[in-house]
Amino acid sequence: MTNVTSALAAIADPTRRQVFERLAAGPRSVGELARGLPVSRPAVSQHLKVLKEAGLVADRAEGTRRVYEIDPHGLGALRAWLDQFWGDALAAFKAEVEKDPE
Amino acid sequence: MTASTIRPAPVRRSIVVKASLERAFEVFTAGFDRWWPKTHSVGAASQKRALMELKAGGRWYEVGEDGSQTQWGEVMVWEPPHRLVLVWSVDADWNYDPGLHTEVEVRFTPEGDGVRVDLEHRNLEAYGERAEQVRAKIDNPNGWGGLLRMFAAEAEL
Repeated sequence: MTNVTSALAAIADPTRRQVFERLAAGPRSVGELARGLPVSRPAVSQHLKVLKEAGLVADRAEGTRRVYEIDPHGLGALRAWLDQFWGDALAAFKAEVEKDPE
Repeated sequence: MTASTIRPAPVRRSIVVKASLERAFEVFTAGFDRWWPKTHSVGAASQKRALMELKAGGRWYEVGEDGSQTQWGEVMVWEPPHRLVLVWSVDADWNYDPGLHTEVEVRFTPEGDGVRVDLEHRNLEAYGERAEQVRAKIDNPNGWGGLLRMFAAEAEL
Protein backbone atom coordinates (compact mmCIF):
# COMPACT_ATOMS: atom_id res chain seq x y z
CA MET A 1 0.00 0.00 0.00
CA THR A 2 3.08 2.21 -0.08
CA ASN A 3 2.16 3.76 -3.43
CA VAL A 4 -1.29 4.68 -2.20
CA THR A 5 0.10 6.33 0.93
CA SER A 6 2.83 8.22 -0.90
CA ALA A 7 0.42 9.52 -3.50
CA LEU A 8 -2.17 10.62 -0.97
CA ALA A 9 0.46 12.19 1.26
CA ALA A 10 1.95 14.00 -1.73
CA ILE A 11 -1.26 15.85 -2.56
CA ALA A 12 -2.10 16.63 1.07
CA ASP A 13 0.11 19.74 0.90
CA PRO A 14 -1.95 22.70 -0.45
CA THR A 15 0.86 24.19 -2.57
CA ARG A 16 1.75 20.83 -3.99
CA ARG A 17 -1.89 20.29 -4.83
CA GLN A 18 -1.89 23.61 -6.71
CA VAL A 19 1.14 22.48 -8.70
CA PHE A 20 -0.62 19.22 -9.45
CA GLU A 21 -3.81 21.02 -10.52
CA ARG A 22 -1.89 23.22 -12.93
CA LEU A 23 -0.41 20.12 -14.49
CA ALA A 24 -3.91 18.69 -14.83
CA ALA A 25 -4.55 21.49 -17.35
CA GLY A 26 -1.59 20.36 -19.46
CA PRO A 27 2.20 19.83 -19.47
CA ARG A 28 4.24 22.74 -18.05
CA SER A 29 7.86 23.63 -17.38
CA VAL A 30 9.07 24.61 -13.90
CA GLY A 31 9.17 28.26 -14.93
CA GLU A 32 5.61 28.19 -16.24
CA LEU A 33 4.43 26.51 -13.05
CA ALA A 34 6.23 29.01 -10.79
CA ARG A 35 4.59 31.98 -12.52
CA GLY A 36 1.35 32.74 -10.69
CA LEU A 37 2.27 30.64 -7.66
CA PRO A 38 3.38 32.41 -4.46
CA VAL A 39 6.46 30.20 -4.13
CA SER A 40 9.96 30.29 -5.56
CA ARG A 41 11.13 28.29 -8.53
CA PRO A 42 13.35 26.02 -6.40
CA ALA A 43 10.32 25.36 -4.16
CA VAL A 44 8.28 24.34 -7.20
CA SER A 45 11.11 22.03 -8.25
CA GLN A 46 11.07 20.45 -4.82
CA HIS A 47 7.29 19.91 -4.98
CA LEU A 48 7.64 18.34 -8.43
CA LYS A 49 10.30 16.00 -7.06
CA VAL A 50 7.92 14.75 -4.36
CA LEU A 51 5.05 14.36 -6.83
CA LYS A 52 7.37 12.44 -9.12
CA GLU A 53 8.55 10.13 -6.33
CA ALA A 54 4.93 9.45 -5.45
CA GLY A 55 4.29 8.38 -9.02
CA LEU A 56 1.84 11.19 -9.75
CA VAL A 57 3.97 13.22 -12.14
CA ALA A 58 6.37 12.33 -14.94
CA ASP A 59 8.92 14.52 -16.68
CA ARG A 60 10.55 14.54 -20.11
CA ALA A 61 13.07 16.65 -21.98
CA GLU A 62 11.67 18.95 -24.64
CA GLY A 63 14.58 20.61 -26.44
CA THR A 64 16.60 22.38 -23.78
CA ARG A 65 13.87 22.47 -21.17
CA ARG A 66 12.24 19.89 -18.95
CA VAL A 67 8.47 19.51 -19.10
CA TYR A 68 6.32 17.98 -16.37
CA GLU A 69 2.98 16.24 -16.82
CA ILE A 70 0.56 14.09 -14.87
CA ASP A 71 1.40 10.41 -14.85
CA PRO A 72 -1.86 8.56 -15.54
CA HIS A 73 -0.46 5.30 -14.18
CA GLY A 74 0.21 6.91 -10.80
CA LEU A 75 -3.40 8.01 -10.46
CA GLY A 76 -4.61 4.51 -11.22
CA ALA A 77 -2.28 2.93 -8.68
CA LEU A 78 -3.67 5.25 -6.02
CA ARG A 79 -6.86 3.26 -5.69
CA ALA A 80 -5.94 -0.12 -7.11
CA TRP A 81 -5.03 -1.59 -3.76
CA LEU A 82 -8.32 -0.73 -2.02
CA ASP A 83 -10.25 -1.79 -5.09
CA GLN A 84 -8.73 -5.26 -4.88
CA PHE A 85 -9.24 -5.41 -1.11
CA TRP A 86 -12.99 -4.70 -1.27
CA GLY A 87 -13.40 -6.84 -4.37
CA ASP A 88 -12.04 -9.86 -2.49
CA ALA A 89 -14.22 -9.09 0.53
CA LEU A 90 -17.43 -8.81 -1.52
CA ALA A 91 -16.66 -12.03 -3.40
CA ALA A 92 -16.32 -13.82 -0.05
CA PHE A 93 -19.59 -12.26 1.10
CA LYS A 94 -21.40 -13.47 -2.02
CA ALA A 95 -20.13 -17.02 -1.49
CA GLU A 96 -21.44 -17.02 2.10
CA VAL A 97 -24.81 -15.40 1.46
CA GLU A 98 -25.62 -17.78 -1.40
CA LYS A 99 -24.96 -20.90 0.66
CA ASP A 100 -28.10 -22.92 1.43
CA PRO A 101 -30.33 -20.66 3.54
CA GLU A 102 -30.68 -21.96 7.05
CA MET B 1 -7.06 23.66 3.55
CA THR B 2 -8.35 26.24 1.13
CA ALA B 3 -6.98 24.66 -2.04
CA SER B 4 -8.68 21.37 -1.31
CA THR B 5 -10.14 20.72 -4.74
CA ILE B 6 -8.37 17.47 -5.58
CA ARG B 7 -9.92 14.52 -3.88
CA PRO B 8 -9.19 10.94 -4.74
CA ALA B 9 -12.33 9.38 -6.20
CA PRO B 10 -13.99 6.88 -3.87
CA VAL B 11 -13.40 3.21 -4.44
CA ARG B 12 -16.68 1.65 -5.59
CA ARG B 13 -17.48 -2.03 -5.92
CA SER B 14 -20.81 -3.73 -6.56
CA ILE B 15 -21.97 -7.30 -6.50
CA VAL B 16 -25.33 -9.04 -7.00
CA VAL B 17 -26.22 -11.86 -4.64
CA LYS B 18 -29.09 -14.33 -4.84
CA ALA B 19 -30.78 -13.75 -1.50
CA SER B 20 -33.55 -11.73 0.08
CA LEU B 21 -32.85 -8.17 1.16
CA GLU B 22 -33.14 -9.11 4.82
CA ARG B 23 -30.81 -12.08 4.50
CA ALA B 24 -28.19 -10.10 2.59
CA PHE B 25 -28.11 -7.41 5.27
CA GLU B 26 -28.13 -9.96 8.07
CA VAL B 27 -25.23 -11.99 6.66
CA PHE B 28 -23.22 -8.85 5.93
CA THR B 29 -23.56 -7.53 9.49
CA ALA B 30 -24.47 -10.15 12.12
CA GLY B 31 -22.75 -12.78 9.98
CA PHE B 32 -19.71 -10.62 9.27
CA ASP B 33 -17.37 -13.15 10.85
CA ARG B 34 -18.69 -15.93 8.60
CA TRP B 35 -17.41 -14.40 5.38
CA TRP B 36 -14.74 -11.77 6.11
CA PRO B 37 -11.42 -13.09 4.70
CA LYS B 38 -9.10 -14.08 7.55
CA THR B 39 -6.22 -12.68 5.49
CA HIS B 40 -7.72 -9.19 5.90
CA SER B 41 -6.48 -8.90 9.46
CA VAL B 42 -5.48 -5.76 11.34
CA GLY B 43 -4.28 -6.94 14.74
CA ALA B 44 -0.83 -8.24 15.67
CA ALA B 45 -2.22 -11.68 16.51
CA SER B 46 -3.74 -13.70 13.68
CA GLN B 47 -7.43 -13.08 13.33
CA LYS B 48 -9.90 -15.41 14.97
CA ARG B 49 -13.09 -13.43 14.58
CA ALA B 50 -14.15 -10.18 12.87
CA LEU B 51 -17.20 -8.49 14.36
CA MET B 52 -19.38 -5.42 14.39
CA GLU B 53 -21.84 -4.34 17.07
CA LEU B 54 -25.25 -4.11 15.44
CA LYS B 55 -26.17 -0.51 16.21
CA ALA B 56 -25.11 3.03 15.36
CA GLY B 57 -22.03 3.83 17.43
CA GLY B 58 -21.17 0.16 17.79
CA ARG B 59 -17.60 -1.02 17.52
CA TRP B 60 -16.13 -2.71 14.45
CA TYR B 61 -13.23 -4.89 15.54
CA GLU B 62 -11.44 -8.19 15.41
CA VAL B 63 -10.49 -10.74 18.04
CA GLY B 64 -7.12 -12.41 17.72
CA GLU B 65 -6.25 -16.05 18.39
CA ASP B 66 -4.72 -14.87 21.68
CA GLY B 67 -7.96 -13.17 22.73
CA SER B 68 -6.72 -9.63 22.09
CA GLN B 69 -9.13 -7.16 20.50
CA THR B 70 -8.16 -4.71 17.78
CA GLN B 71 -10.55 -1.99 16.76
CA TRP B 72 -11.03 -1.15 13.07
CA GLY B 73 -13.56 1.65 13.40
CA GLU B 74 -17.25 1.88 14.18
CA VAL B 75 -20.79 1.68 12.86
CA MET B 76 -21.81 5.21 11.86
CA VAL B 77 -25.20 4.63 10.20
CA TRP B 78 -27.38 1.63 10.94
CA GLU B 79 -30.45 1.38 8.65
CA PRO B 80 -31.40 -2.28 8.23
CA PRO B 81 -31.98 -3.74 5.72
CA HIS B 82 -31.02 -1.02 3.22
CA ARG B 83 -27.97 0.89 4.31
CA LEU B 84 -24.90 0.73 6.51
CA VAL B 85 -22.06 3.23 6.93
CA LEU B 86 -18.91 2.13 8.69
CA VAL B 87 -15.96 4.25 9.78
CA TRP B 88 -12.70 2.61 8.71
CA SER B 89 -9.80 3.89 10.85
CA VAL B 90 -7.05 1.54 9.75
CA ASP B 91 -3.93 3.24 8.46
CA ALA B 92 -1.61 2.16 5.69
CA ASP B 93 0.54 0.17 8.12
CA TRP B 94 -2.50 -1.78 9.32
CA ASN B 95 -2.78 -0.04 12.66
CA TYR B 96 -5.93 1.37 14.22
CA ASP B 97 -5.73 5.17 14.23
CA PRO B 98 -8.78 6.82 15.86
CA GLY B 99 -7.79 10.11 14.16
CA LEU B 100 -8.17 8.57 10.72
CA HIS B 101 -11.73 8.85 9.42
CA THR B 102 -12.59 7.15 6.16
CA GLU B 103 -16.10 5.89 5.42
CA VAL B 104 -17.38 2.67 3.93
CA GLU B 105 -21.01 2.91 2.83
CA VAL B 106 -22.85 -0.27 1.89
CA ARG B 107 -26.26 -0.14 0.20
CA PHE B 108 -28.58 -3.09 -0.35
CA THR B 109 -31.08 -2.77 -3.23
CA PRO B 110 -33.49 -5.44 -4.56
CA GLU B 111 -32.63 -6.35 -8.14
CA GLY B 112 -34.40 -9.14 -10.01
CA ASP B 113 -34.59 -12.13 -7.68
CA GLY B 114 -31.58 -10.97 -5.72
CA VAL B 115 -29.94 -7.99 -4.08
CA ARG B 116 -27.38 -5.58 -5.45
CA VAL B 117 -24.76 -4.62 -2.88
CA ASP B 118 -23.00 -1.33 -3.61
CA LEU B 119 -19.92 -0.56 -1.54
CA GLU B 120 -18.22 2.83 -1.53
CA HIS B 121 -15.00 3.56 0.40
CA ARG B 122 -14.63 7.35 0.55
CA ASN B 123 -12.77 10.20 2.28
CA LEU B 124 -9.57 8.61 1.05
CA GLU B 125 -7.88 12.03 1.21
CA ALA B 126 -7.90 11.49 5.00
CA TYR B 127 -4.88 9.19 4.52
CA GLY B 128 -2.93 12.09 3.07
CA GLU B 129 -4.15 14.66 5.60
CA ARG B 130 -3.26 12.34 8.45
CA ALA B 131 0.23 11.85 7.03
CA GLU B 132 0.54 15.64 6.85
CA GLN B 133 -0.37 16.00 10.55
CA VAL B 134 2.21 13.39 11.48
CA ARG B 135 4.80 15.20 9.36
CA ALA B 136 4.11 18.50 11.17
CA LYS B 137 4.79 16.77 14.49
CA ILE B 138 7.98 15.15 13.36
CA ASP B 139 9.48 18.38 11.94
CA ASN B 140 11.81 16.39 9.77
CA PRO B 141 14.82 18.50 8.63
CA ASN B 142 14.96 16.55 5.40
CA GLY B 143 11.46 17.68 4.49
CA TRP B 144 8.95 15.79 2.51
CA GLY B 145 11.21 13.66 0.40
CA GLY B 146 12.95 12.24 3.45
CA LEU B 147 9.71 11.59 5.26
CA LEU B 148 8.17 9.79 2.31
CA ARG B 149 11.23 7.57 2.02
CA MET B 150 10.98 6.71 5.73
CA PHE B 151 7.30 6.09 5.27
CA ALA B 152 7.94 3.83 2.31
CA ALA B 153 10.64 1.88 4.12
CA GLU B 154 8.36 1.37 7.12
CA ALA B 155 5.33 0.37 5.06
CA GLU B 156 7.32 -2.18 3.11
CA LEU B 157 8.60 -4.03 6.19
